[in-house]
Amino acid sequence: MKIIIPIKRVLDPYTQARVDKQTQMVDLTNAKMAMNPFCEIAVEEALKLKESGAASETIAVSIGTDKTVDTLRTALAMGVDRAIFIKTEGDLDLQPLHLGKILASIIKREEAGLVIMGKQAVDNDNNQTGQIISGLLGYSLGTFISKFSLSDDAQSVEVSREIDSGIETRRLHLPAIVTVDLRLNEPRYASLPNIMKARSKPLETLELSSLDIDVTPRVKVIGVVESGTKDRAAKQVSSAKELLEELTQMGVL
Amino acid sequence: MSALVLIELHGAEISANSRAAVTAATQLSGAVDALVLTNDAANASAVAAISGVNTVKVVADAALEHVSAGIASKIIAGVMSDYQYLVAGSATYSKNIVPVVGALLDVQPISDVCEVKSPNTFARPLYAGNIMATVESSDEKILLTVRATSFDHAEDGGSAAIEELSVDVPESNSTFISLQESQSERPELTTADRIVSGGRGLGSKENFGLIEQLADKLDAAVGASRAAVDAGFISNDYQVGQTGKVVAPKLYMAVGISGAIQHLAGMKDSQVIVVINNDGDAPMARMADLVWNTDLFGAVQDLIDNA
Ligand SMILES: Cc1cc2nc3c(=O)[nH]c(=O)nc-3n(C[C@H](O)[C@H](O)[C@H](O)COP(=O)(O)OP(=O)(O)OC[C@H]3O[C@@H](n4cnc5c(N)ncnc54)[C@H](O)[C@@H]3O)c2cc1C
Repeated sequence: MKIIIPIKRVLDPYTQARVDKQTQMVDLTNAKMAMNPFCEIAVEEALKLKESGAASETIAVSIGTDKTVDTLRTALAMGVDRAIFIKTEGDLDLQPLHLGKILASIIKREEAGLVIMGKQAVDNDNNQTGQIISGLLGYSLGTFISKFSLSDDAQSVEVSREIDSGIETRRLHLPAIVTVDLRLNEPRYASLPNIMKARSKPLETLELSSLDIDVTPRVKVIGVVESGTKDRAAKQVSSAKELLEELTQMGVL
Repeated sequence: MSALVLIELHGAEISANSRAAVTAATQLSGAVDALVLTNDAANASAVAAISGVNTVKVVADAALEHVSAGIASKIIAGVMSDYQYLVAGSATYSKNIVPVVGALLDVQPISDVCEVKSPNTFARPLYAGNIMATVESSDEKILLTVRATSFDHAEDGGSAAIEELSVDVPESNSTFISLQESQSERPELTTADRIVSGGRGLGSKENFGLIEQLADKLDAAVGASRAAVDAGFISNDYQVGQTGKVVAPKLYMAVGISGAIQHLAGMKDSQVIVVINNDGDAPMARMADLVWNTDLFGAVQDLIDNA
């Protein structure tokens, strides 16, 4: 069984996003970039399946400009067998519906039995792409998973989903798409020898235009503003009584 | 220009986020219907009482109790032929289903809407809430999930018609096994007026009991940081933040929580923020209204004794 792991290059999750005054868009020039943390977890889970003998091949896929190759090399260095780079001309505003169509075409071409990916990317926080792929391909879907196990006959997987009311466990018949939550596993670091080895692993480049998918934006960003936390005039208190009195005065107790 | 609101039910109980979705839908359309997928048609009667809803469309089938996204989306996509908008409250229920509907209808859904600006422009957060974007849809149909903290929750007072739809429920390619729900007598996290939230600073599951005791004293809900959930102090459904729940209570008390951007993403719109932390320079302290710079164990015990 082949596993496809779609991955995304994003602004480092611990870096504050800033709006460029001139372009009025989020400024990513010179920003520290990283693999989306959810994607690292997806890669780790795929590698575990490969190591257990349940998967024949692990394939990372990413879509973007040339810089995206760095992220694919990181996946290869973590241990993924090969990578597919879907190259775009410049920074396109690709949306989950576009990404879903692009990835669905690759998943079909590779006849993958399982797709493991992040439940969201920490830039746009859409939480949509995995679901969209399952809708396009008719594959079973397990979102927000924090536990995963393949059945002995390799026909289905059992997943635990982190949902608002607790944990839901489901059995998904293969082929399936799973979107992973952060508590699924602890992703490994790429060791130096493996980073070296990754350079000679296969990386296929496909021009997005060759896939014949309409990528006209459906939803346009027409403006952005910084809306992070504002410093409040913190008042210091030094006892329980004082705190409770303040809260009563503010009318929140 | 009619709108369909996807209602999330727990038994016969309507999720608060669905009431927010009704409010958002009424801002978009004068003709708002609700859709209920349930195992028991009787559950729909509560939905008919939400003011602002014209007709409640019900699909009832035993197979819909723990419905898969695949099945739900096929049913919804069919019903959507009569509607321009699909609106649902941002929650794991809708986030699982709505994008699949988008794939079936060839529409790009819009997640976590915080404001309706016009019939096709909306505000939504990016980058863990550090950026607020205005986005414009050019799709013929518009699919939205909306933040329950950004819209009023439509109250009861209406008397909508109930219409049962006969739909052949398709075969599912996934099967439900079990649901492990947290049982609690405390107020529900996303609708509570007051939240006492604990972080890694609590140190252990036993110590986290202090947060629960204080919450009980203040008639508050319990929340947690991801680090506290990861460490097993409390279950995942209490997590506040970018990947947990988004809350905006009157009072948010952050105990032993440093204030990483991913945590702030879930609570920065709280009305009054109190921080108890022995590090006065923690990012959390900077955005607080009241800071008690002290060891949390003594402080929380004092609060329990004095509240
Ligand atoms: C993709 C991604 C998504 C994430 N999503 C979320 C999310 O949804 N929610 C979330 O919360 N986090 C999330 N995180 C994690 C986040 O980055 C932080 O790691 C996490 O919030 C830290 O939790 P904490 O504040 O409890 O722990 P810490 O950062 O370790 O802070 C502990 C605090 O307790 C204080 N303390 C310790 N002992 C005492 C004492 N005795 N008395 C008083 N104070 C004490 C310390 O001074 C410190 O400020 C996410 C991270 C990533 C990468």
